[in-house]
Amino acid sequence: MKLMLHVAPGIVRKPIVSSVILETHALINIERAKVDAVSGEIVIDVDPEKCNKVKEAFEEKGVRVVLLEMPVIKDEDECIHCGACISICPTGTFHFEGSEVVADAGKCVQCGTCVTACPQRALKLVLK
Amino acid sequence: MSEINERIRDGSVRVVTAEEMPDLVDELGTDGAVREVDVVTTGTFGAMCSSGVFLNTGHSDPPIKISKAWLNNVEAYGGIAAVDLFLGATQPSEDKGDEYGGAHVMEDLIMGREVELRAQGAITDCYPRLDLETTLKLDDFNQATMVNPRNSYQNYAAAANSTDRTLHTYMGTLLPRYGNVSYSGAGALSPIPNDPNFEQIGIGTRIFLCGAQGHIIGSGTQHLPQEGFSTLMVKGDLKEMSNEFLRAATFQDYGPSLYVGLGVPIPVLNENMARKTAVRDRDIVTEIVDYGVPRRARPTVRKVNYEQLYSGFVDIDGAEVKTSALSSRHVARKVARALGDSIKSGEFFLSAQSEPLPKVGRNRPMKQTKEFLLVGDVMSPKVVTVHEEICIKEAAQMIIGGTFDHLPVVSAEEKLIGMVTAWDISKAVASGKTSHISDMMTRKVFIASRDEPLELAARKLDHHKISALPVVDKDHHVIGMVTSDQVSRLYSRRRSV
Repeated sequence: MKLMLHVAPGIVRKPIVSSVILETHALINIERAKVDAVSGEIVIDVDPEKCNKVKEAFEEKGVRVVLLEMPVIKDEDECIHCGACISICPTGTFHFEGSEVVADAGKCVQCGTCVTACPQRALKLVLK
Repeated sequence: MSEINERIRDGSVRVVTAEEMPDLVDELGTDGAVREVDVVTTGTFGAMCSSGVFLNTGHSDPPIKISKAWLNNVEAYGGIAAVDLFLGATQPSEDKGDEYGGAHVMEDLIMGREVELRAQGAITDCYPRLDLETTLKLDDFNQATMVNPRNSYQNYAAAANSTDRTLHTYMGTLLPRYGNVSYSGAGALSPIPNDPNFEQIGIGTRIFLCGAQGHIIGSGTQHLPQEGFSTLMVKGDLKEMSNEFLRAATFQDYGPSLYVGLGVPIPVLNENMARKTAVRDRDIVTEIVDYGVPRRARPTVRKVNYEQLYSGFVDIDGAEVKTSALSSRHVARKVARALGDSIKSGEFFLSAQSEPLPKVGRNRPMKQTKEFLLVGDVMSPKVVTVHEEICIKEAAQMIIGGTFDHLPVVSAEEKLIGMVTAWDISKAVASGKTSHISDMMTRKVFIASRDEPLELAARKLDHHKISALPVVDKDHHVIGMVTSDQVSRLYSRRRSV
């Protein structure tokens, strides 16, 4: 499962992810990380069984954690099933079923590449 | 043909799509297919930039001879009589830019929405009005006639990108280092590949155009059948069209375009036509070209057929690269089926061509009579280069003594290996950490070549936010330098002329 970590400026320089891994023994895959002067956003993937434990461990350290259940939304009225989103997605979120494009939203790490690549402007990130 | 129309009238006509035809021909043979099939329907749904609509607004009171006009702030060409306008699909709006353009105005009209017309007039005794503003719906126009100068390409090259940065093109987002392949075209469903010699397709052929019945009115612009790149010029009534088969689009950092749904019915009158309409995706071959080379002649990466493109992956230099389309196979199939349904229900009759499309066309490069500058025309040929062993002090002295803030660093064989700027030197002196050029030089140097158009070098300078490019020959020897100061001086002179 994917978790979005919102890391405040005060703690962004601490080795939070490492600490949580040592504490929970969970295998954490960092799929995307963006840290700037104001805050940090990290998207991680964890085993569903350890998801709650990991979430709590981060929260104890002052990180705001959001479960990314539906990270990207496709407007079915706008989508023309061209497939422009398929080859540019780094995580393989979209694929064809027959001639229709379907999204496996659980794979999305909210990089946003598809949002600008979609000629119909049919894709939106659900930002929390 | 009249027999087929008779069968359309009495409901006994037999129609299949161009995707169903190959298996039928395999099973029944061409003679059997001729007996069993009357019409093969084709379909395509892709971005067709060369599209637009003639709009007649009716005369105002007092009358105006429109010279300039805007619909929802998208400029339409007004230089046709008094109140005829041509709205092009790719014209961006003056307030919303790329996100809204001519294609979006067409879509808004089809959806029954109001659009704002603003016009300026050329004042004459017969047309005294200076300007006007009004709000119009599609029904308020006397005519709204779509005329698309170039649609439904027989073949279109697929796109990839060899450079180190993501490109945003009319072929979509192209990831760096051949990260993906983007293609367009409906493969075996596409109209012209099913009748490449125009035995049935010609001037006057009735077609499906964005949900309406339209016509082929001739060959399209850049029609080049002798090289397998035929195109169609088509016409249809916007008032009859449906949003399902006409969609406005925006290509990031390129602009608006229009997705056009176009289907051509092909009568199967003889075995030859059965054979032609049995074309498969794997029979249609195109090239993958490198959009990383910003010149008219883009290098070919490899040849590929549509079956391979549709498979989702192609091999480039031993790597599996993901492919995806910009055109929609899903809607192309809907076009072919919708056309078939309207034939079977007796609403759509076939029309014989009055003339075939030309077998020879022309698509020559532009004749450019005004000079266009190359890097070699403006570069400074006198460049001081240094070897990486020299110390900071020597480098600083060379910059002070020379005319550039940049020192290209070269190897013992005089090949470019890095670059040092006055800034790098100041930084090194301030920190006191480094004493040799090799420690502080930039090793990833952007370069230019002598025969590169200056505009491209200028874009490179701008894009990478750098102030100079060393010019190198094919052996990587530094032969000059082009700076952003040189470029901006040149352009400011040209603009002010």
